[in-house]
Amino acid sequence: MTALPWTIYLSFAGAGLALVAGLRSAAAARWVALVTAVASFAVALAAAAGFEPTRGLQTLVDLRWIPEFGIRYHLAADGISLTLVVLTGLAATAGILFSWNIRERTGEFFALFLALIGGVYGVFLSADAFLLFVFYEIAIVPKYFLIAKWGSTNREYAAMKLVLYSFAGSALVLAGLIWAYAVTGRNSFALDELARAAATFPPGQQVGMFALVFLGFAVLAGMFPFHTWAPTGHVAAPTAASMLLAGVVMKLGAYGCLRVAMPLFPEGFAFWQSTIAWLAIIGIIYAGLVALVQEDFKFVIGYSSVSHMGFVLLGLGSAHPQAVSGAVLQMFSHGVIAGLLFAVVGRMVYDRTHTRRLADLRALPLHRLMPFAALTFVLAGLASMGMPGFSGFPAELTILIGTWKVAPWWAVFAAAGVLVAAAFTLRAIQVAFFGPDESPAAAAPPPDLCDAYPAITWPERAGALLLIGATVYVGLKPDSLLSWITPALQSPLMQAALKGGAP
Amino acid sequence: MTLSFPQLLHALLPEASLVLGALIVLAVDLTIGRTQSPVRRIRAAATLGLLAVTMAAWHAINAGAEGSVFGGVLVLDSLTMATRTGVLLLSGLTLALLPGVLRLPHPAEYVATILFATTGFTLMAAAQQLLVAFAALELASLSLYVLAGFDKTRRESAEAALKYFLFGGIAAAFLLFGFSLLYGLTGSIDFMVIAEQLQVQRATPLLVVALVMVLVAFGFKAAAAPFHLWAPDAYQGAPPSSAALIASASKLAGFVLFLRLFWHGLGPAAGSVSTFQGAPGWLPAVAILAGASMLLGNLAALAQWNVRRLLAYSAIAHAGSLLLGVMAARVSGPGPLFYYAATYGLATVGAFGVIAVVDAAGGCHKISDLAGLQRRSPLLAGCLLFFILSLAGIPPLAGFFGKFAVFAAALRINGLAGPLGWLAILAILLSAVALYYYLVILKQALVTPAEPAQTRRIAVPRAAGVTLVLIALFLLLTGLFPSLILRLFRS
Repeated sequence: MTALPWTIYLSFAGAGLALVAGLRSAAAARWVALVTAVASFAVALAAAAGFEPTRGLQTLVDLRWIPEFGIRYHLAADGISLTLVVLTGLAATAGILFSWNIRERTGEFFALFLALIGGVYGVFLSADAFLLFVFYEIAIVPKYFLIAKWGSTNREYAAMKLVLYSFAGSALVLAGLIWAYAVTGRNSFALDELARAAATFPPGQQVGMFALVFLGFAVLAGMFPFHTWAPTGHVAAPTAASMLLAGVVMKLGAYGCLRVAMPLFPEGFAFWQSTIAWLAIIGIIYAGLVALVQEDFKFVIGYSSVSHMGFVLLGLGSAHPQAVSGAVLQMFSHGVIAGLLFAVVGRMVYDRTHTRRLADLRALPLHRLMPFAALTFVLAGLASMGMPGFSGFPAELTILIGTWKVAPWWAVFAAAGVLVAAAFTLRAIQVAFFGPDESPAAAAPPPDLCDAYPAITWPERAGALLLIGATVYVGLKPDSLLSWITPALQSPLMQAALKGGAP
Repeated sequence: MTLSFPQLLHALLPEASLVLGALIVLAVDLTIGRTQSPVRRIRAAATLGLLAVTMAAWHAINAGAEGSVFGGVLVLDSLTMATRTGVLLLSGLTLALLPGVLRLPHPAEYVATILFATTGFTLMAAAQQLLVAFAALELASLSLYVLAGFDKTRRESAEAALKYFLFGGIAAAFLLFGFSLLYGLTGSIDFMVIAEQLQVQRATPLLVVALVMVLVAFGFKAAAAPFHLWAPDAYQGAPPSSAALIASASKLAGFVLFLRLFWHGLGPAAGSVSTFQGAPGWLPAVAILAGASMLLGNLAALAQWNVRRLLAYSAIAHAGSLLLGVMAARVSGPGPLFYYAATYGLATVGAFGVIAVVDAAGGCHKISDLAGLQRRSPLLAGCLLFFILSLAGIPPLAGFFGKFAVFAAALRINGLAGPLGWLAILAILLSAVALYYYLVILKQALVTPAEPAQTRRIAVPRAAGVTLVLIALFLLLTGLFPSLILRLFRS
């Protein structure tokens, strides 16, 4: 458990090493990156194995950092952060496996990738609002370069848009946090200290501070109508970066909402609660419908991410303990599934066919040409639709049940979103992989096409199996994560948020 | 009042070392240097200059913090010590960037002028009396005009110097007029006595005129809107090393001087911006300058295609944030302002240093001249990444913590219950705008491939390379451990 901070240090050290190794050879950089990611993942898993769920955060490191401002280097973990740390390790490892074919400036690619990962680990482990914010911002800049350098379709525009949205969001967060810090008059950024002080604020101030901080984080979580960075960014990003963006970085936003905005300003949360829930529901349905009519395969997945993150926000917004634990589970589940979907679309299919237009893919009998990709996508699609046996099912179900107990109408509308999700996922599966209705004569693909595509490589297989394994395991045994998450919601901080949010 | 000349000499040892150094630089070049190659001349001059700066820094630190010196003419306190060390560091870095980069005739004169300007800066850091303040400011300004126009082969350089000089001359006239009115009102040129007098006087129209005069001059020195007009042209036309000095050490010294003048001398006439009712005084006027600078600087920077002009507008935007630090300094102390100004200066010296090296290797005016820098010189591109991200305020670099400290100080005064708090919020939100134009620079340097005509590798002179790496490390170190600087101001 106390080794968890090493996930951060290992990632940053790995970033430096990968940069140096990249000067020698691309293969060295790849292996350095993979070893780093696996090592951090192993640290996370080891911590998870020895984890005793408790109420509240378990301190890992707590040092004086900037005494003039009462800022401490305070890392801590509870079940929620541990879940997300494990997810980060998983997504990072898979992401590196799926970027095995990066040839251009490999060292820099993996350095940026690992720097981003290091920032993400840091956010999930911070117990000091300032420290959390620092890690949050560290995770922003690498995204720009990952997309602008190694991306595709309209990459410079998408990279700039994504980074400016993220940074504008973080500016709101910073404004809200400094405001709260300044008004408390106490010299501390510790989350519990801030929450204690904020409890004495007049409601008007809490409403304002919550709006700033929550909105800032929610931009990164893809909340409607501030989600437009997500599809363009995900589409333009190189595969590994899409996997991380959708898989982990969007969770940073949701995690910030849950860890910072809600516990600090429960009264502000109560004021905005129904707005958040309705925006989440609109996001679920709207993004689902948009995904239904996309012509670009990757855009389908991009919008599906926004739709699925809507469930997370709905779970947070309903503030029912069950729904909130479902939301955390959904963060994990979506992180794995989105990674898998982007891996199939971006790496397995696009890197071979060089097209993502569904109309073009329809003409190719991909399920024959790439059976492994087709199988992976079908499994991921099923998981994404929320089929029992995959992680999406318990996650969305707990969110819906929890929400139903608070406001049945919200659950009804959100359940309609599940149907939309099934529709666009099935359409994507059908059109992209199973083409038009084939007559027996056309069934045999032209021989030249069969050889045209290189076989699926071992890193791709390994990455896909890793992610499928994770979603199935959690799908069959959701208690393994819920037993971490539920006690964490019993902490005084979280209880304040959940009680303050009771309508 | 006791006038102790040994004490005065002790207090002025840094300035003495600088002036002596400048004379030695000139003498050595005049006697030995004339027969040498230009490369060796600049190397010798820069080395001697660095020696002088090091001596001065040593004396500045040894001068201690013994309070008023020589009947209150100068003050030696923690702010003086920090500022003197800061401007000496910034000037020293500017000097260290010269060998192999400066391609101008008369290198010794250039170095000597930098040393004279630095003398002005260190005096500004210690001045506590109107006359010394004015003399120090003018010594620094006159040297900077010369440095701006030093490139006699380029018309832009002459234009920069002329504009800078004309604006600066008018500002100096305003300042002198304001000072004479203050003297007339209070009968003293000592900051402390002025403050005592203002405490008992009622606000008169004459005082308002005096304040306006001083504020105009301050706005000019800080390059705050609407007195910023000289900055883009000066930054664009001046040799990059001169622009580096104008943007860094000169800013730091200027802000510290006016911080003292405003709070120690004109404190009773401050007024208030912590509530919306407010009270008349110089604070509301500074608040307007700050808001205008942040808006104008950030928005105008978006439209620039010349990298130096872009940095000039970014400097105007940063001046707005620094003015916030001035306004908050009564409660927070000078720590946040000093941290911001010093680390901003470091990042700016670095950025102009990169521009200077690229410029020496074939010109660097348009942002697109930086295209493919990552291929042409990974070292420069990597350093530029640090400097620009620090300017943009991305952690863990120092620029982020500077912003944080200043904004937190401003918000701590009265939350959002007054214009000051809202200015801080505006500044935070505008930092998202600023990130756009900073990323445009980085995109050229790190993402865009070089134009076919400019794929030649850049040979970075060793001194410049080492200096740039040092600056980058310093930004990282002070960003990770801000207490290294803040602890100087712990009371």
